[in-house]
Order: sequence, then C-alpha cells, then structure tokens
Amino acid sequence: MSVSVQEADFDAGAEIAALSAGRDDVGAVASFTGLVRADKQADAAAAARVGADAPPAVQAMTLEHYPGMTEKALEAIVDEARGRWDLYGVRVIHRVGRLVPGDRIVFVAVASAHRGEAFAACEFIMDYLKTRAPFWKKEETPQGGRWVDARESDDHAAGRWDAGRD
Amino acid sequence: MNIKILFFAGLREALGTGSASLELPAGIATVGALRDHLAARGEAWTALATTKNLRSAVNQQMVGAEAAVKPGDEVAFFPPVTGG
Repeated sequence: MSVSVQEADFDAGAEIAALSAGRDDVGAVASFTGLVRADKQADAAAAARVGADAPPAVQAMTLEHYPGMTEKALEAIVDEARGRWDLYGVRVIHRVGRLVPGDRIVFVAVASAHRGEAFAACEFIMDYLKTRAPFWKKEETPQGGRWVDARESDDHAAGRWDAGRD
Repeated sequence: MNIKILFFAGLREALGTGSASLELPAGIATVGALRDHLAARGEAWTALATTKNLRSAVNQQMVGAEAAVKPGDEVAFFPPVTGG
C-alpha cells in the first residue's frame, strides 16, 4: 500500500528502509517529513504585547479530511508522479486528527535508480498534495479555533510542474 | 434519486452541517448552479456564495463550477485545501 491516511504516528526510518528492502536496483531514496511547527514569530509578538507569560500562538491543530476522496486524490498524485519519472517505490502518509507542535504530520518517500528522479518526484508529490489533497488545518490559539488560509505560494509551487506541459 | 452534498472545514462550521441530501431541482445541471441554488436559501447558506475561492468535487474528483451534476452524484463544497 503506497498511501495511508491515519491518526497514528509513523516511523520514517522504517518506511524508508522498506522501499529498498529485498532489492538491489534502488540507487536513491528521497524523503520528506513535515512537522507541526510552533509559530515563534507570532509568539514573540504576543509576548511583546501582553507579557512573557503569553500563551503560544498555536497550541495544537486538528486535521480534517474528506474520507474516500483523500485516498483517491493521493493515489492520483502518486500515479501522476509515476508517469513522469521512473520510480521503484512511493510511500505517502498523512496524519489526521489533533496534532501539537513537534508532531510529524506528513511523509513522502520515493525510491528510484538515481537521485535526480527521487528528489524531483518527492518534491512534486508534496507540491501537488498541498494543493490537491482534501485536508484542512484548524489551529487552536488563545483566541479560539482558526482555519488556516491556503497560501498562494503553494499554488505557485504546484504550478511550476505544469510549465512546458500540455 | 437524490444527490448527496458534503461540506468541509470552515464551510461545514458556517452551515452547521456536514451533509445534505436533496432531489436535484429541474434546471440545475452544474456544480455552479447547485451552489447558487443552495446559497439562495439565505441565512447561513449564503456562506456558499461568500466563501473565497470555494472548491468543489463531484464523485470525489475535484472539478470546476461548470462540471455536470446528475441524480445519484456525491457533490462536495469546501474551502481551498491546507494539508501537508
């Protein structure tokens, strides 16, 4: 199974090892692990405003998704990557539910013969995931819940892969 | 046969529901027309008209407002995605 949507954490090392286990043709495994990040800038701004004991801007976040479509969308992205590069294995894991800063949230790993294909496919899958897979983040802040806005830079990142293509 | 309509994230919260089922009214043949039809219910439903860059899917495929809808379809409306 190349795609998983799950509440549970994952073992990135074990996933990477599995992509080349029992075969000798894999020359490169590229991986990306995304983490829930504390917003230090916002925390510093809050501390300047209300004092050093200001609560952190983002205390946790909850990932919502569209069960059924999520898996299909991720599989379609993996298929698209396999059509563009010669890949020996792909693994995508996205967590859902409540996560706190420091938690792993997403994992992409790609095995290929050479690094160029592995790096490119890994970045491509993340860029497409950001704009095409139906996940939504809601942050918990001292002021209450707040849905994260989509970023234009993510659309640009995904759009780069379409340049020069039909 | 009814169509099933799903809502996610901030739109789901604005509407106070994650799903709706209705008989496709005569003359409603596209996602955009369905969106306008629901928004015309007024009150909370206007969120369908006011949500910025509202996205849609038919049968779990992301589509544009011009996409066709027919009885039996699963249609979803949601804000731009923010995973990863």
